[in-house]
Amino acid sequence: MLQLKILFRNAFHNKLRSGLTILGITVAVLAFGLLRTVIGAWYSGVEAASASRLVTRNAISIIFPLPIAYNEKIRQIEGVKLVSYGNWFGGIYIDEKNFFPNFCVEPRTYMTIYPEFVLSPPEQKAFFADRKGFVAGRKLAARFGWKIGDQVTLKGTIFPGNWDFVMRGIYRGRDKTIDETQFFFHWDYLNETMKRFSPGRADQVGFYMIAVKRPDLAPDVALSVDKAFKNSLAETLTETEKAFNQGFIAMSGAIVTAIQMVSFVVILIIMAVVANTMAMTTRERIGDYAIMKTLGFGGGSIAAMIFGESLVIALTGCLAGMILTFPAAKAFGHTLSTYFPIFLVSAQTLWLDLIAAFLIAFFAAIIPARHAIRVGIAEGLRRIG
Amino acid sequence: MAEPKPSIVEIRNIFKSYHRESLAVPVLHDITFDIAEGEFLALMGPSGSGKTTLLNLLAGIDHADSGTIRVGGVDITALSETELAHWRANNVGFIFQFYNLIPVLKAVENVELPLHLTALSRRERREHAETALRMVSLEHRMDHYPKEMSGGEQQRVAIARAIVTDPTILVADEPTGDLDRVSAEEILAMMERLNAEMGKTIVMVTHDPRAAQRAKVLRLLDKGYMNDAPAQNPL
Repeated sequence: MLQLKILFRNAFHNKLRSGLTILGITVAVLAFGLLRTVIGAWYSGVEAASASRLVTRNAISIIFPLPIAYNEKIRQIEGVKLVSYGNWFGGIYIDEKNFFPNFCVEPRTYMTIYPEFVLSPPEQKAFFADRKGFVAGRKLAARFGWKIGDQVTLKGTIFPGNWDFVMRGIYRGRDKTIDETQFFFHWDYLNETMKRFSPGRADQVGFYMIAVKRPDLAPDVALSVDKAFKNSLAETLTETEKAFNQGFIAMSGAIVTAIQMVSFVVILIIMAVVANTMAMTTRERIGDYAIMKTLGFGGGSIAAMIFGESLVIALTGCLAGMILTFPAAKAFGHTLSTYFPIFLVSAQTLWLDLIAAFLIAFFAAIIPARHAIRVGIAEGLRRIG
Repeated sequence: MAEPKPSIVEIRNIFKSYHRESLAVPVLHDITFDIAEGEFLALMGPSGSGKTTLLNLLAGIDHADSGTIRVGGVDITALSETELAHWRANNVGFIFQFYNLIPVLKAVENVELPLHLTALSRRERREHAETALRMVSLEHRMDHYPKEMSGGEQQRVAIARAIVTDPTILVADEPTGDLDRVSAEEILAMMERLNAEMGKTIVMVTHDPRAAQRAKVLRLLDKGYMNDAPAQNPL
């Protein structure tokens, strides 16, 4: 169709101006995509959370422990399928800058509750059998060059001393959204050491992980668990894994909100830039539009050409930005892997990019299109020559 | 004695003013005249006499303050904007001083442009456009963009675009105003041929006596007033 040909050729007629506008959109979409990916990375723990897992912690605060004796009582509550437990260990490997999450857990139940951490049967068997054994995620092992059988020492912060471990396995995530930077070892190893050197801190856990028989039972099970320990010395707070993870994000909610706002401000700025380009373009072509009107083309056709041209420019920039988001996110994720173990460009981000491109194109073309339609033919023709 | 041809354009008591803020500037005063079918009329007059305004009115691209204009029996002053656009597409061919081709379209595409408002197929559109370009001897320039052509060639493309829909009348606003003498002669000869051989009714605005010389009938406008009777071209 000739009108399509005109709008495509018009879009790239002034190469410098169109090129700079497209570059601006590309950078804006890239920035928007990266900021949305940062937000996605922030929420990755929440997204990966299972609906059939509950977390029980001390009702006062996560930093206060719960007695190991609760394990048996929780197991007996109706609807509970399996119970595991663990502690945040907070150990340091060589230097504080080498941060990675490390936990002591009851390995058999923990690995059953978390099937997304995939460990080969021989590695699993070796890990379960060795109280000083540990498993690490694939990315963590690669980061420090650890191999099966290597001895690794962590310096305890919450639990002082040097803690020696032997690597017994490297787990892989079931899919790309699973964090492969964690470090797990035996809770028994910690507890036995505590019994010897700090008996007052023995037989305590930081949290219980509860697998329920069906996701719809989760609210009732959570209530039953908390009710069972009501008025005890360590009352509990049980919530879904998702709510538990969201609680952590809520602590940095202002930052997430700020990032979200900045991502939308970027779009607003580029919308103004494209609107300016379209205004200049339309002003230059007012004569062409007058000729087309003279030949019998209606205002609708003229408006469609202006909106179409705006869309071609916005979509070209958007597609370039979307393509560049992937290598940029990879480089960004690699640099910040300590803070964002999962840094993936989601389908939602790409859809938001496209929606943003359509909005930019639409709003940028409204005023120029209105102007082009309203200018009389005689007035438009006078501007030629 | 040959019988007078019927009028194709009937202009009655046309008044037109332009408004600048609260000031109304009269441009045309009580213009009444007819244009016969197959006539080649030149409208002459000094700058600001209202020639182009009158041409715009009878071509349906501007509106009169009062009065009526009938073209081919249709009162175009009573048409809505949409009806007027449709009417222009079917009845008027335009030739402008600055050619007014779409710069991003090739010659053949420019000629094809008005045919997009017809029911012709893609192939038929292309055939019509090529025929029109052949009529103005530009078959070898079909795939050239306006910027790759001389002023004369561009004006010939504009003529091809004007005739491709076989309109009732052709209106030309200073068609030779931007051309050198040789090119201007070519364009005028072409217009003469369109009038003589194809019977096209042509209304041409010009202030160039040489151009007006080619017309059969001459009308003069001065300060918005028209001479009472058409003169057989004395030039």
